[in-house]
Amino acid sequence: MNEALLRSLTPSVLGVLVRRGADFAAAEDAVQDALVEAVRVWPGERPRDPKGWLVTVAWRRFLDATRAEAARRRREDLVHEEPTPGPVPAVDDTLQLYFLCAHPSLTPSSAVALTLRAVGGLTTRQIARAYLVPEATMAQRISRAKRTVSGVPFDQPGDVATVLRVLYLVFNEGYSGDVDLAAEAIRITRRLAVAIDHPEVAGLLALMLLHHARRATRTAPDGSLVPLAEQDRDRWDKGAIAEGVGILQGALARDRLGEFQAQAAIAALHADAPTAGETDWVQIVEWYDELVGLTDSPVVRLNRAVAVGEADGPRAGLNELASLSDTLPRRTAVAAYLHERDGDLPKAARLYAEAAHKAPTLAERDHLTRQAARINADLRN
Amino acid sequence: MAKYLLLKHYRGAPASVNDVPMDRWTPEEISAHMQYMQDFADRLEKTGEFVDGQALAPEGAWVRYDGEGRPPVTDGPFAETKDLIAGWMIIDVDGYDRAVELAGELSAAPGAGGKPIHEWLEVRPFLSAPPTVTE
Repeated sequence: MNEALLRSLTPSVLGVLVRRGADFAAAEDAVQDALVEAVRVWPGERPRDPKGWLVTVAWRRFLDATRAEAARRRREDLVHEEPTPGPVPAVDDTLQLYFLCAHPSLTPSSAVALTLRAVGGLTTRQIARAYLVPEATMAQRISRAKRTVSGVPFDQPGDVATVLRVLYLVFNEGYSGDVDLAAEAIRITRRLAVAIDHPEVAGLLALMLLHHARRATRTAPDGSLVPLAEQDRDRWDKGAIAEGVGILQGALARDRLGEFQAQAAIAALHADAPTAGETDWVQIVEWYDELVGLTDSPVVRLNRAVAVGEADGPRAGLNELASLSDTLPRRTAVAAYLHERDGDLPKAARLYAEAAHKAPTLAERDHLTRQAARINADLRN
Repeated sequence: MAKYLLLKHYRGAPASVNDVPMDRWTPEEISAHMQYMQDFADRLEKTGEFVDGQALAPEGAWVRYDGEGRPPVTDGPFAETKDLIAGWMIIDVDGYDRAVELAGELSAAPGAGGKPIHEWLEVRPFLSAPPTVTE
């Protein structure tokens, strides 16, 4: 498949141009041009050395653009400073590109867009469609991002944690049309895992695979949400689960726990349960304890309260909720669920309706409204 | 062609005929309603009249400039607001009559008891660009 090959070659081709002395922004444009050219030409005859072909075409595009720019500014001397094209170096700069595209000077939305284009090899149009914004808007966001990082030295070591946060954002955006961002995030994270040996990179990749494995069962044919306990576990992707669990075990064995490994461990325990009733909630609570220690995030505490509710009963879960702020998103939905399990149906129905009112997505609002309606209908009968 | 905004209100519109909050419907009635809305949007896409549809959260705030060097003033959540928009659909149709016809269909979406809600929707024409031929 040409498109997959092209996209996988994008970061290393870009790395070659930058290493030869092209500035990042111009090199990135040139590589995009070369990708477009490849899509046009390759169906006829794919070159024997696809990467070399892309480097040659992209470098030519870069020189053309530089000459045009130089002519425009009447600064002929620029041309003389061009490095001469040489052989493609063996060193792979993919990792450096990940760092640059997730540079801390970028806003999260800029880092996401730049990563998808420069590392993922997606076109501006594809990225714009995925995020439901006009193409011109996305083009501006990407060129501003490139200007922001234009002064950053390419060989400066970066922070893996910032890269992981960007990839996590891409994955969580899910699926909103032409481009499957979750699959894209997995592909990019997989390449990162090849480029750097780091337990949290492995942890994030495992987390993504384990969640992705359940995707087909998370929504009903009419688009409504299906909660974890009601999903058809026979339709979970066993191959993705096995791969995720294997990657996670390798990471955990290195004894450098991080939040993504802990989250993946929780996902693995869910994946491991043949039925919802056989879920090992006690172990899940233990992993949430680890997560609280690592992040101390209120969202983690909220999820922990759900797990405690399953492990030790709804009253225990409600006790955990008591210390969490009312303004925490989804807290009311969790309270509704725990009260229902505790048998207080009128209160559960009222809380579900209130949670629907506060829901951050349409799918959740519909789901919570249905929960309220279901209980109210039962109470009437 | 002319663009119209069909506005749905949480508050501020006259009460609908079949005015029962959704959490008092049966789950099947909710499903029927969702399906009707989805079919309506799909049909407009096929006729080439659909432009956009979005839903808004009920929570929000008023914001205004408060002078040089000061952060904007905010007032909210919307507790005092009489009029609260829930969402919209933008359609591009041949004229006002078609816009009214479509708004009528949307308002017929089934609610409690499977009967049409008869919800009041606001139909607002867009101000368009000036025409090329002016005399």
